[in-house]
Amino acid sequence: MSFSDIAANRGMRDTDMTDEELRERLTRTWATKAGIWGALTTVDHKVIGRRYVVTAFVFLLLAGVLAIIMRLQLAQPNGRLLTPELYNQLFTMHGTTMMFLFAVPVMEAFAVYLVPLMVGTRNIAFPRLNAFSYYVYLLGGLMIWVAFALNLAPDVGWFAYAPLTETSYSPTKGVDFWAQMITFTEVAALAVSAEIIVTVFKQRAPGMSLDRIPLFVWSQLVTAFMVMFAMPAVMIASSMLIMDRLIGTHFFTPEQGGDALLWQHLFWFFGHPEVYIIFMPATGMVSEIVTTFSRRPAFGYMLLVLALLSVGFFAFGLWVHHMFVTGLPQLGASFFTASSMLIAVPNGVQIFCWIATLWGGRPVFKTPLLYIIGFIVVFVVGGLTGVMLASVPLDTQVHDSYFVVAHFHYVLVGGAVFPLLGAIYYWFPKFTGRMLGERLGQWQFALLFIGFNLTFFPMHILGLAGMPRRVYTYSEASGWGGMNLLATTGALILLLSFALLVWNIVSSLRSDEPAPDNPWDAPTLEWATSSPPPPHNFDRIPVVSSRYPLWSDPETLPVVSGLAVDTRELVLSTITEARADVLDTSPLDSIWPLLAAIATGIGFVASIFTPWAVVWGSALVGIFLIGWFWPKGTAEDEI
Amino acid sequence: MQLRGSAKALGDALAVLLVLVLPGCTPPLALDPQTPQGRAVAGLIWWFTGLCTVIWILVLLGLAFAIWRPRLVPADPLALDQRAERRSGRVVAVLIGLTGVIVIGLTVLSFAAQRQLFEPADGALTIDIVGHQWWWEVVYNSPDSSQTLTTANEIHVPVGRPVTLDLTSNDVIHSFWVPSLMGKADLIPGRHNDLTFTAEKPGIYNGSCAEFCGMQHAHMGIRVIAETPSDFEAWRRQQLRSAAPPASESAKRGEALFESSACAFCHNVSGTPASGQVGPDLTHLASRSSLAAGTLPFGRGQLAAWIADPQGIKPGAQMPDVRLAPDQLNAMLDYLMGLK
Repeated sequence: MSFSDIAANRGMRDTDMTDEELRERLTRTWATKAGIWGALTTVDHKVIGRRYVVTAFVFLLLAGVLAIIMRLQLAQPNGRLLTPELYNQLFTMHGTTMMFLFAVPVMEAFAVYLVPLMVGTRNIAFPRLNAFSYYVYLLGGLMIWVAFALNLAPDVGWFAYAPLTETSYSPTKGVDFWAQMITFTEVAALAVSAEIIVTVFKQRAPGMSLDRIPLFVWSQLVTAFMVMFAMPAVMIASSMLIMDRLIGTHFFTPEQGGDALLWQHLFWFFGHPEVYIIFMPATGMVSEIVTTFSRRPAFGYMLLVLALLSVGFFAFGLWVHHMFVTGLPQLGASFFTASSMLIAVPNGVQIFCWIATLWGGRPVFKTPLLYIIGFIVVFVVGGLTGVMLASVPLDTQVHDSYFVVAHFHYVLVGGAVFPLLGAIYYWFPKFTGRMLGERLGQWQFALLFIGFNLTFFPMHILGLAGMPRRVYTYSEASGWGGMNLLATTGALILLLSFALLVWNIVSSLRSDEPAPDNPWDAPTLEWATSSPPPPHNFDRIPVVSSRYPLWSDPETLPVVSGLAVDTRELVLSTITEARADVLDTSPLDSIWPLLAAIATGIGFVASIFTPWAVVWGSALVGIFLIGWFWPKGTAEDEI
Repeated sequence: MQLRGSAKALGDALAVLLVLVLPGCTPPLALDPQTPQGRAVAGLIWWFTGLCTVIWILVLLGLAFAIWRPRLVPADPLALDQRAERRSGRVVAVLIGLTGVIVIGLTVLSFAAQRQLFEPADGALTIDIVGHQWWWEVVYNSPDSSQTLTTANEIHVPVGRPVTLDLTSNDVIHSFWVPSLMGKADLIPGRHNDLTFTAEKPGIYNGSCAEFCGMQHAHMGIRVIAETPSDFEAWRRQQLRSAAPPASESAKRGEALFESSACAFCHNVSGTPASGQVGPDLTHLASRSSLAAGTLPFGRGQLAAWIADPQGIKPGAQMPDVRLAPDQLNAMLDYLMGLK
């Protein structure tokens, strides 16, 4: 059936309708129902995306508080604030929460909210799966934090090296909760990746050919593919670990013929790409913000896309640099030195392109751009210490020391949290319809920048002075006291910075002054709709004829017409050229994703205690999936 | 302007940092190495740090100039000056090329140091190190079993001769790291790694376990004592002897108590019935300079505290609380302090 046939054959269309009437009818069709039932059944990517962002930020604050407590313990030699048990639980929960419950999910959250808007469609692909993924993520996070509250937290570090994680050395259930938390969050991440890939490939606004995709969307697309390849490795590893612990499979126990190093290979085959899974979306945010506030197109769009692709590819060939002191043959290790050094090139390309964009533009110094400039200053330090860690001999001194702690905080906070905060200031008006305070934002930035460097720069020196990571205390004779006190002072300044952010958000949300649709004069499609967007995103789907549609057509965008208004309908386009292809329906709200997520959660948690839960848990989930997919007889159900 | 404000704040912060850190500052251990192997790594650290600092400063200068340079740019964001774009393109291409060259240069530098560092040493003294939660077993093996000696947590080495440590673990993964001698290597159960260094000056070099290994990872110190070859030989001969017999009545009671209580299940004292293999060998306990893997300095008072309350001093340690009456504890101390 051709495009026009469908248009002619089905229900009420958006042709011959006033703008007001169209908006009202579309809102009725797409809106989330009021009340608790509506909240639990919604499949709107904006509602789910907002929940994802808020949940991830709650986890950020929780894990940040843990870090502050750890810094207080380490402020002086022979600190007595924490017992070793508690300290070991704190750093494990800090790392685990930051990596699995904050950093990866928050980037997915931005993808869930922004990608459909930026490509000009009405909802994400597989919206029910999207709701399911959020609930699974939430349950996984709740599970590990409830376990922590019940004194059942893992205490083996966020990368949980075997055989310390085996039952002989970790008899409590903490490690099992950790391993199962991995399963929860990875199921959620894989689901989001599938949605993003399909949304980007099939739901782009007509005319948005591959070379017109916003760079943020490119970064999320590459990230989604990386998740697809990286996450299975860690899910296999955590499943093997839980099997070792539950049914004695001996994958990682050397005395029974297993291998302790196997864990490290599997974990880091995921773990290194993981760093880029966090960093790549942040580079996308940087590209968008730099472009908007430089008032010109991104310099080297093609170079930036190629850099994203090559980083996504090379990221899988670096994992052994986490294992340089495990005694692997030197020749093999040196290969990974070369590959780890090499990845500096595409990352350098990105930095050069951003600076060239600023160079050739007219920079406007709003708060988001401040964070991006801070990002470049801080991240380049982390990138360069990363080059140092790529060298085998150099790594033998700094590996597992505070130097590494400094390095990865420069990379992850500098490379991901700075851009993320910039992104929050940038997209907050779109998310909420309110602007964040500029002045508070600048204060927050200043405190963040100072606090961050004060906390983490001294750690480089501590590492070279022999301080190993993950020690709950140190002696006075070590001479590490002064630098540690400095780091703790910095951490308190960081805390103040985040308190300002919370204050800024709360006071903005309580203000009555609405944000304009496009407060920054930005060029991409999410700014073509109201702030916040209506449930259906766009009254009419835009047609795109350039990379920067709002700059090339500042007055009115050309639009598609002929879409249904009384059923949820959107335009599917061809993969490369984004020619309008067919009209498709988008699923209605449903309670089944929530029920299926709860069933999945019950199965996962119960399988910590008995392997039989895998059997009956699968059946339970199966029942709910049947309910989910059972034909409901609505227009959206038919193809 | 805000940006200038924060730049000034950054300058102030750095000044504070320098004032706080620099006075009374000795160079970090890894940058003040006492072996040729350590120096090779330290040289590499200096090279990388120097070059990276220069690159960082250049990037920041570029960034600052990109932000503040005077410019005449049209208001239409899409109206690009093609000549200026081509110029930027050439600059970026050169920078990418330079990045590649620097990265290759650093890789070659790293390979050269790697070759030097991991070359097998001729005539090395081999010492077996076995990691335990949370102490180090040190064995000087010899084909002649009467020449094999076992000690714990302190490694004596002769200066001027390469020493190769054969590293493995009895339980979880540990990592051997004495930063002023050499980089680290992991002790992995089921595998053997090695680490070679040549101490040049007599001295005491402290280090610790670098891989998180459980509750008392923080208290798993290691000490390398480098001595002249003659001092080393004297130490070795002394350590090969059986335990010194108890010198006093009280010490005799202490020995009897040691052998009849839980102590002997875990600890070995050569020449006596105590032959446990779980904990550190105590044959020459009193010749060591620290207790419980560097947790306490060695001394009668510290030893008393350690025996009376190991779980208070090192919570989670495998050493159980053994209840001793005050006179029993005294007898035990008389005995142990005599194990020179």
